[in-house]
Amino acid sequence: MSITAQNVTKRFGDFVALDNVTVECPAGALVALLGPSGGGKTTLLRIIAGLEVPDSGTVLFRDDDISKRSARDRNVGFVFQHYALFRHMTVFENVAFGLRVRKWPEQKVRDRVKELLHLVRLEEKAAQYPANLSGGQKQRIALVRALAPEPKVLLLDEPFGALDAKVRAELRDWLRRFHDELHVTSIFVTHDQEEAFEVADRVVVLNKGRIEQQGMPIEVFEHPANEFVMDFLGNVNKLPVRVEGGRALLGETGTVELPAKLFGNGASGRTDAYIRPHELDISRTADGGNCMLGRIVHINPAGSVVKVRLLAEDFGLMINVDVTPDRYKALALKPNETVYVTPKSAKIFESDYSI
Amino acid sequence: MAQANARVLPGYRLSISFTLFYLSVLVIIPLGACVVTATQLSWEQFRAAVWTERARAAYALTFGAALVAATISGVVGLLIAWVLVRYEFPGKRIVDSLVDLPFALPTAVAGLVFSNLYVANGWLGRFLVPLGIEGAYSRFAIVLVLTFIGFPFVVRTLQPVLEALDTEAEEAAALLGASRWQTFRRITLPALLPGLLTGFALAFARGLGEYGSVVFVSGNMPFKTEIAAFLIVSRLEEGRPNSYREATAIATVLLCASFLMLVVINRLEALSRRA
Repeated sequence: MSITAQNVTKRFGDFVALDNVTVECPAGALVALLGPSGGGKTTLLRIIAGLEVPDSGTVLFRDDDISKRSARDRNVGFVFQHYALFRHMTVFENVAFGLRVRKWPEQKVRDRVKELLHLVRLEEKAAQYPANLSGGQKQRIALVRALAPEPKVLLLDEPFGALDAKVRAELRDWLRRFHDELHVTSIFVTHDQEEAFEVADRVVVLNKGRIEQQGMPIEVFEHPANEFVMDFLGNVNKLPVRVEGGRALLGETGTVELPAKLFGNGASGRTDAYIRPHELDISRTADGGNCMLGRIVHINPAGSVVKVRLLAEDFGLMINVDVTPDRYKALALKPNETVYVTPKSAKIFESDYSI
Repeated sequence: MAQANARVLPGYRLSISFTLFYLSVLVIIPLGACVVTATQLSWEQFRAAVWTERARAAYALTFGAALVAATISGVVGLLIAWVLVRYEFPGKRIVDSLVDLPFALPTAVAGLVFSNLYVANGWLGRFLVPLGIEGAYSRFAIVLVLTFIGFPFVVRTLQPVLEALDTEAEEAAALLGASRWQTFRRITLPALLPGLLTGFALAFARGLGEYGSVVFVSGNMPFKTEIAAFLIVSRLEEGRPNSYREATAIATVLLCASFLMLVVINRLEALSRRA
């Protein structure tokens, strides 16, 4: 079942939480609402769930306008960041709640709850109270509790935000699996871009109540629509440049040229260029000449790439560079060495092209 | 023992000694003295003093009225606490401080006001008495004043509980398809139950002990509107050689019954907290 939020606006006093936002989630998709806190993503999710009433705009499930329906009648599964389990009920009764209020026959309730607890491997916790569960277990219970009445829509509000890194990764897999097996349309809110890219089919970037960009993760990552998205997706070097005669040159007086596509008529001015860490190269010699000097401050070899932090003293800039482990070994980099850094590509956004 | 009670803040010995001393001087010794005085009667004399028909009627009224009043206080108090915590409205702070008024008001004043309002020619009585509602000099009058005195206990014990209540659990219930009533009964009420029982116990205990206002509104008619505390006073006023001992005998019965009931309520509260 597809979900559409059309021209949704919501204010809390003077604060505009959502400003004429339109989001479409195709049936069966797993969509991430991504953005900084206060960006409006939780408000949008709560409006879709019926927990919040928009000032204007409509919410459609398939082609049905459900804006007037109460949360109770929308038949959505909802997962809260802090689980919101019923503390005075056992794990079993928590999961059974949605079925009991729907007056399912007792035997069907038992079978369904057992099946769900088996799916998340928590059958042996059935008789326990939520207080006796770990955070990850609580969220698994919250997830199957939401799924128990077989909703067609699953909404998750920062579902993994309160969990540690390892449990997070595990729960992401659960979510992706459930989503695929149960044929639901899911929307989840996150401020963690890595999480969004890892799990979602589609990413919607929200900031200050507006949509900055939406699309497939690869599109958003490779072609960020603007400065904000570029910056928010993280792991990017922001370098001041000056534009002279259709060339972007680093710093006030430097001669290092950034290979970035320039917009407009190439008028002179100052702006910022964005370079991802893997778009920079480290070398021992100044081969091409179009490079800057950097002193290595820190090396983090834990991960699939080696993260090197350098200080470009000529420009007073900290720069992050990712190199492959092979390259790292070949260069035998050590802290405090001075090396050459060459930009391979860069991005300059038209909007902040100021003269 | 000292090890088990080692804390960042010192003073275990001092504070536990003070607590025991305080409880002894203010609670255990006076109540003990009451029991000891009563035991100076022989068993037959004791029985004759505490188990007359009039005394039994007084016990039934005291406990019955306190129980009914505490139950009403529970409902009314929950409603008021709910409104004060969940809603914003003009004059909310004034209403909030009005709740404390029965705590501060001398109960005799309450009794005076209530009896004046509900007598046959009082402001409310002139409408209610023709309808057969006797709000003064009746059992109903006793329940009325005991509710007035008891409900603030419920409000004040429930307010912090309601404020700390997880509203997300209510939202979760609604999203799972529960109606408002189902959400309240199955999610909210169980979370409030321990606090509600504490408030109920306090209101009940207060109702058992109330004297000042009740003597004004009840009319103190033996077998009908005479509470046990009034019976004690009238025993004392008789001035027979054994009057004082007989009064303490009735007091001892009240004491034991009250204690027993509070133990039971505390047990219930502990049970509801665990679930």
